Amino acid sequence: MKKDIILAGVGGQGILTIATVIGMAALHEGLQLKQAEVHGMSQRGGDVQSNLRISSKDIASDLIPEGKADLIVSVEPMESLRYVNMLNRKEGWLITSMNPFVNIPNYPPIEDVLKTIWEVPRNVTIDAEKVAKEQGSIKAANIVALGAASPYLGLKFESLEFAIRTIFAKKGEDMINLNLKALLAGKNYAVKRT
Amino acid sequence: MQKLLLLLGDEAIAQGAIDAGISGVYAYPGTPSTEITEYIQASKDAKELNIRSSWSANEKTAMESAIGMSYAGKKSLVCMKHVGLNVAADAFINSAITGANGGLVVLSADDPSMHSSQNEQDSRFYGKFSLIPVMEPSNQQEAYDMTRYAFELSEKFGTPVLIRVTTRLAHSRAGVERKEIIEQNQIKLPSNLKQFILLPSIARKQYDILLSKQSEFENDAFKSGYNELIKGTDNSIGIIACGLAYNYLEENRHDNEINYPILKVGQYPIPTKMVNKLYESCDEILVLEDGYPIIEELLRGLLNKGKKINGRMNGSIPAAGELNPNIVAKALKLNIEDGHPKPEIVQGRPPSLCEGCSHTDTFTALNEAMLDYSPGRVFSDIGCYTLSALAPLESINSCVDMGASITMAIGAADAGLIPSVAAIGDSTFTHSGITGLLDAVNTKSPITVIINDNSTTGMTGGQDSSALGRVEDICRGVGVEEDHIRVIKPLRRFHDENLAIIKEELEYNGVSVVVAKRECIQTLGRRMKLKAQNKRTNKSV
Ligand SMILES: Cc1ncc(C[n+]2csc(CCOP(=O)(O)OP(=O)(O)O)c2C)c(N)n1
Ligand code: SF4
Repeated sequence: MKKDIILAGVGGQGILTIATVIGMAALHEGLQLKQAEVHGMSQRGGDVQSNLRISSKDIASDLIPEGKADLIVSVEPMESLRYVNMLNRKEGWLITSMNPFVNIPNYPPIEDVLKTIWEVPRNVTIDAEKVAKEQGSIKAANIVALGAASPYLGLKFESLEFAIRTIFAKKGEDMINLNLKALLAGKNYAVKRT
Repeated sequence: MQKLLLLLGDEAIAQGAIDAGISGVYAYPGTPSTEITEYIQASKDAKELNIRSSWSANEKTAMESAIGMSYAGKKSLVCMKHVGLNVAADAFINSAITGANGGLVVLSADDPSMHSSQNEQDSRFYGKFSLIPVMEPSNQQEAYDMTRYAFELSEKFGTPVLIRVTTRLAHSRAGVERKEIIEQNQIKLPSNLKQFILLPSIARKQYDILLSKQSEFENDAFKSGYNELIKGTDNSIGIIACGLAYNYLEENRHDNEINYPILKVGQYPIPTKMVNKLYESCDEILVLEDGYPIIEELLRGLLNKGKKINGRMNGSIPAAGELNPNIVAKALKLNIEDGHPKPEIVQGRPPSLCEGCSHTDTFTALNEAMLDYSPGRVFSDIGCYTLSALAPLESINSCVDMGASITMAIGAADAGLIPSVAAIGDSTFTHSGITGLLDAVNTKSPITVIINDNSTTGMTGGQDSSALGRVEDICRGVGVEEDHIRVIKPLRRFHDENLAIIKEELEYNGVSVVVAKRECIQTLGRRMKLKAQNKRTNKSV
């Protein structure tokens, strides 16, 4: 088992939380893990990405080689395309939220962004904010995106649920339940679609 | 098996230092080194062990405090980003001459590709320059192990030791296995109480001692296990892989048959014997090192008349920027998978000031005030406010190094650019702005200094600022006239008032300071959250 995952989004959108959930789920299954994060300058509303590698064998590089990512999971549509050069052309999946985060004057028309995403073979797009709202709060949009990616991660769904329970434990039962529901809703959407 | 800790490279270094028995860490924040000190500050172990860990005013004061702790016989760690080592350089280079008493380890975090820095200087040069051992870990476990080892080395040879990491390792997580905690040292002064007096007569002796240790340093690098010759069957190329570069090579070895002999380098000075063995047995050499081509240049020499040396200098590897698996693959002429082409539709998304940030209001007022003068007069410094260089504000004209705003304004005013304006943050002001302000006061320089006092070190994540609540007092103490220390509250509703004050001070033909005082909203948010949390826990008790 080996999965190379690029997580993408805008600073403050919660991609590090996604990384932590996947990471904990992977450890729970006894897998190895390397995760390169972005700190500092790029967090203030700039683009952020994280390289997450999980494997049953030793992992050498902290960075995923270009063209070899199995998965791009993004919480913002334009950001999902920023690293598309990293994606494996033969079998890589691109999974992204459809909700644009517009904090630059030259953000392209969202229809064009989505059209470009749909041209990538093997993609899943999800209105994560809408799904999250239906589950109780737009705050869980990042976990909805993770849910949509869950069938492709090579991890047991229960492991992800375990990770969410552990990570959100400090924030109380309501937060745990919200995020568990968001995860499931995201997954159901992806499964129904494909 | 012991449970692995999932740690950033930075955190592995911090845990390694705690377990090595440090009595203190001294640091000034700087990406990508900040998390080391933050980890120690938050560590329960460190608290129980009474390890001191509060922030220093700058890298030089940090370095000197650590030397003091080493003098007293205890182990200390100093952390900074690569450009911080420039600030600490005087103390750092001279600490090599004094030597260490208690273990003294300096960590410098380099930032190749300049993810959040103004250059990509290579700290290994500083190691060579000061003639001390350097450790360069290739992964998180080595970061932990080498930190422990660096303290051992420091005490064994009575020398400071430099650890060099890069952003990738500093900010990447992996499993790390901890070892037992070594006890802290008791106070024990150097046996020679003159060792740290670098008067020329003593410094000469101390320098001779340092020179005489060089062969031992190299011998240790030969024996320690952190440099390793890995045999190969194909001698057409010999590879030297330093630090993290070894992982990128390994990554390619997983997918390809690569049978070249390899010298894995993790400790400097690099042992000549090992290099020679590789060189003699191979047709040509490929050097993989993140940062500058240090080893490559040594091997080539000025005349480059030996075997072919491949690396950054002959274009096998790009001259600038960090390495990655595909750069290494290309240097080895391996086939690489092309990813999808990058769609043109993707636009840049530069970082920006947070919504509601006080700097926005300050610079909006400053921009308007500057309309009365020709453009190009605002010398800035390093911090969140440097983002005012970008649209829509586009307020500033320089950002060179920490503290340079005030001093550059002095120089420009001396050249006749009057008024010249300096814009500096509160943390940067205490880091290295105060001395510049003193220069300005002493020469009655016609400059206006805007101190963006947001009660924090915002850019690096909101660490305590050394001047908390005392910026005006410091200005007074330095000698700025009372009438020309003006405090404004940067909020939109005070715009007109603030504009008038800035305009008045720009007109003043002497040193004036405008303190723009409002807390960073991120720091404020965190403080409020903590307050609410504390209230809740107090209630439940
Ligand atoms: C010599 C040096 N040390 C550390 C840094 C990292 N660094 C960049 S800006 C900054 C501090 C900014 O704080 P402040 O001046 O208060 O401005 P703010 O970000 O809060 O607006 C630091 C520590 C650096 N660039 N150079
Ligand atoms: S972190 Fe603070 S100082 Fe920096 S941009 Fe945000 S509000 Fe402004």
